[in-house]
Amino acid sequence: MTRVFADLHLCVNTRDSAASSQTIHRASELGYKLVSVPFWSETPETEISKLRACCVDAGIDYVSRVDLRPKSQNDLMRQLRKLRRRFEVVCVACENKEVARQAAKDHRVDLLSFPSLDFRRRFFDRAEAELASNSLAALEIDTKPLLVLEGPSRIRLLSNLRREVAVAIEFHVPIIVSSGVGDEWLLRKPREMAALAGLTGLGSSEALDAVSKNPCSIVYRNRGKLSSGFVAPGIRIIREGSDC
Amino acid sequence: MKRVKRRYLALKIEAERVPLEREFVDAAWASIAKLYGEYGASQAGLVLIAYDVEGKTAVIRTALSTLSLVRASLASIILLSGAKASVHVMAVSGTIKSLYKR
Repeated sequence: MTRVFADLHLCVNTRDSAASSQTIHRASELGYKLVSVPFWSETPETEISKLRACCVDAGIDYVSRVDLRPKSQNDLMRQLRKLRRRFEVVCVACENKEVARQAAKDHRVDLLSFPSLDFRRRFFDRAEAELASNSLAALEIDTKPLLVLEGPSRIRLLSNLRREVAVAIEFHVPIIVSSGVGDEWLLRKPREMAALAGLTGLGSSEALDAVSKNPCSIVYRNRGKLSSGFVAPGIRIIREGSDC
Repeated sequence: MKRVKRRYLALKIEAERVPLEREFVDAAWASIAKLYGEYGASQAGLVLIAYDVEGKTAVIRTALSTLSLVRASLASIILLSGAKASVHVMAVSGTIKSLYKR
């Protein structure tokens, strides 16, 4: 069975429609079937629909995603209550430990993201992984810093990523590999992304799953939940009518 | 001595300015050396088989055991002779004949 490849973190500037369209078409040419552009909570619906139309034009499936940057646990809960049903994928950029722990244990969070350059604020340790393994959160790794960084900063990043990936594998936390790029020159084919993910200690099939199976399963699961027939996990309305 | 299994890679070079053959080979070696060090680069056994400036394609040969190493290194190339660039693997094959058939 052929794999469906997804890039859930395409950072295009939505105000520059020509450049964003070009990047999305490029992603389609490179073999992605699902792409997602992160929005902030205040993004107007018109911008999202414009991007969706651009993706339809490129023959690619658009996944709506919101990136949350809460300051505290309560702020995260408030934002999740407000936005969870509006977006197919919810990513939390964990900027402090309190937020990281709450995000890892909350079932409404899909992706956990940590700052690439600030190594002291990468909170993905064994405790975080244990919490994430009991919820549905996955660890997101961007390939952009692996491409643009050089020397000691790339060495430190690789070292941190290898440690985090080993912990994630131990606790069965899914790993998602995304590009995190806005420049089309930095876009890579899915198998090249998997090869770059191999630098973090992922095996070849695990790395391919990180760009295909894992992101797709999050999207399909959430689409099911957001559909009108969803009642509860495992229960959905198949048919309605007087003869049921 | 055990025969070394090899793989041939067809590459597509996309760059603001198409590099010369020498520039491309140097960039590939530099990228492998940067990611895996000189010891890792020495194991790759990288050889340029063909280079087409007009078609922006290249064919390289590497050892099967270092295929993933070479893939990652080529993916990490972002500049070729000072211009923005990317190198994409179009096909991988065990023989040149079957690579050209694809």
